[in-house]
Amino acid sequence: MTTELKESLLQHFNTLEKTSSALLTDVRKEAITAFQDLGFPTVKHEEWKYTNLKNTLAKSYAIESAAALSAEDLKSLTHLPIDCYKVIFVNGIFSPALSSIDGAEATIEPFNAGNQEIVQANFGKKLPYNDSMVSLNIAFAATGTLIHVKAKKHVKKPIVCFYLSDVRTANVFAQPSVLVVLEEAASATVVEMNRSLGSNTAFTNAFTHAILKKDAYLEQYKIQNDIDNSNFIHNTQIVHEGKSNSYTTTITLNGGLVRNNLHITLDAEHCEAHLNGLYLEKGAQHVDNHTLVDHAMPNCYSNELYKGILDGKSTGVFNGKIWVRKDAQKTNAFQSNKNILLSKEASVHTKPQLEIFADDVKCSHGATTGQLDPEAMFYLRARGVGEDKAKKLLVHAIAFDVLDKVKHDELRAYLEQEIEERLK
Amino acid sequence: MLSIKDLHARIEEKEILRGINLEVKAGEVHAIMGPNGSGKSTLASVLAGRADYEVTSGTVQLNGKDLLDLSPEDRAREGVFLAFQYPIEIPGVSTINFMKTAVNEVREYRGLEPMDAVSFLKLMKEKMKLVEIDESLLKRALNEGFSGGEKKRNEIFQMAMLEPSLAILDETDSGLDIDALRIVANGVNKLKTPNNATIVVTHYQRLLDYIVPDFVHVLYKGRIVKSGTKELALELEEKGYDWIKAEADAQTV
Repeated sequence: MTTELKESLLQHFNTLEKTSSALLTDVRKEAITAFQDLGFPTVKHEEWKYTNLKNTLAKSYAIESAAALSAEDLKSLTHLPIDCYKVIFVNGIFSPALSSIDGAEATIEPFNAGNQEIVQANFGKKLPYNDSMVSLNIAFAATGTLIHVKAKKHVKKPIVCFYLSDVRTANVFAQPSVLVVLEEAASATVVEMNRSLGSNTAFTNAFTHAILKKDAYLEQYKIQNDIDNSNFIHNTQIVHEGKSNSYTTTITLNGGLVRNNLHITLDAEHCEAHLNGLYLEKGAQHVDNHTLVDHAMPNCYSNELYKGILDGKSTGVFNGKIWVRKDAQKTNAFQSNKNILLSKEASVHTKPQLEIFADDVKCSHGATTGQLDPEAMFYLRARGVGEDKAKKLLVHAIAFDVLDKVKHDELRAYLEQEIEERLK
Repeated sequence: MLSIKDLHARIEEKEILRGINLEVKAGEVHAIMGPNGSGKSTLASVLAGRADYEVTSGTVQLNGKDLLDLSPEDRAREGVFLAFQYPIEIPGVSTINFMKTAVNEVREYRGLEPMDAVSFLKLMKEKMKLVEIDESLLKRALNEGFSGGEKKRNEIFQMAMLEPSLAILDETDSGLDIDALRIVANGVNKLKTPNNATIVVTHYQRLLDYIVPDFVHVLYKGRIVKSGTKELALELEEKGYDWIKAEADAQTV
């Protein structure tokens, strides 16, 4: 599909090639060719069947536009009542000047000549399959950001990446690229939040690539609670290179069209991956969670729980792939997706996809979609609780089931409050 | 207090209540007995406002108010309490939180200020003692993983918290061992005042050793076919329901 945005991106790439540094040249050239061939995904692509970018792509966007955020704007956009390091991206570009990362037990800096060795060795490598949105991001990732935690270092405070879009004067297309490398026995908590200022359309195509070496530990949170006009595609690739553990929590509370591609590769024995998700939808929201857990090696464990609560005319998609490769004996892989539809016009497409090529494994999956339990509703109402409040109690209960799994106490308290606010 | 007149109700096409008449005064305990399938639980459900049943005719008044016009929550706020035969498990909602919401919803309906945390806690502790229930149980998700006895005790705890004017106990004795039965019955007895009334729905006379009724009614095929005092319950225990069935069937023929 040829769109105005595609054309201007290809043009922009050529302009950049003449001026920018030689960082990641080969991988970026490969990526732009892949994007040129594949184009933006359409509903004809199996993986994009229920998520239509047509309306989003029909608009004109400013690409990599500069923005002047006042101190006050910044303060309100990056408000977060927890003690953390703040990594600020404006319209896709990391701004060290606006960030507060002093004292971080990690290197947080733009890709540059000094870190190109580690970037080139890791960024954009070992992707499970071609997705044109990932290619598109990589093509422009010369301006990417590295979060590097040295061996045996523990980053004490969460590193919070704010993907800010300034859409006060125009629609903005932004592509933050982040490479997280946790060396041996390193640990970190990385939070990613997208927020927009203004009322035009923010279209963000983010790519986060995390590499976990032996005994590394990553806690990752995506908190998506942006304006209605925010269309957000987040591609996440976590590669467990050595025996390591990851906890990923994706919480979507507001936005327009949201698509999360979360791919986890368990590429060493005895890895653990936990994937949790919650999407609370209303109005015309569309939230699509595509997850893939690739069990490439034996003796690994993965556990996935996604819950959705959909109101209004909102639509949801859950596609959960689990691959258990031939060599991945003794795999334990579990997956569950539960959806509650609060209105007759809300809908959800849920599809678990297990592909198992090993014979000695334990795998289970389940997907349910239904209304709030009428028996539970009657019970609560028969004790004097009004219909609306009873609904809220039950919806809360579903949401808190996922929140229970958030390990960071301050973050959990914050999320509880945000959800409380969202359900009012 | 409660006045039921010629109440008919059905579920889908099946008529289950076929003309119930019952008067319950403040301070009284009424037992509704009857064989399986006679409509006992349906009567309890209809009074509480379960949507599965359609009332086709008749009236139910509570303290002069037409109950059948009210939503389940408004019936509760007017003072109806149904202790469920099978209390449902609700993961993620603790009994304490739920009761806080329920008590304050009822208070709001009655034009009262919401209860502050300290008073609520005080009330809760007092009622916990009354029904011999442990606080740790109330902090857990509502009925989730509770034993049968714990569930029933939780029902009576909630009843104590809400102080209903009309309590309907739907087969509260089913599945209880004798200790649990005694605790539950003690709770109910302690909650009895001259201003409230209790309807005990049961299949067995056993519960009535502990909760002594002023009147016993036998429900059969959707009608009250016999009423008496607690001696009637003893007679039923001894002779079973067949003689009453025979009597009732003979009358309708």
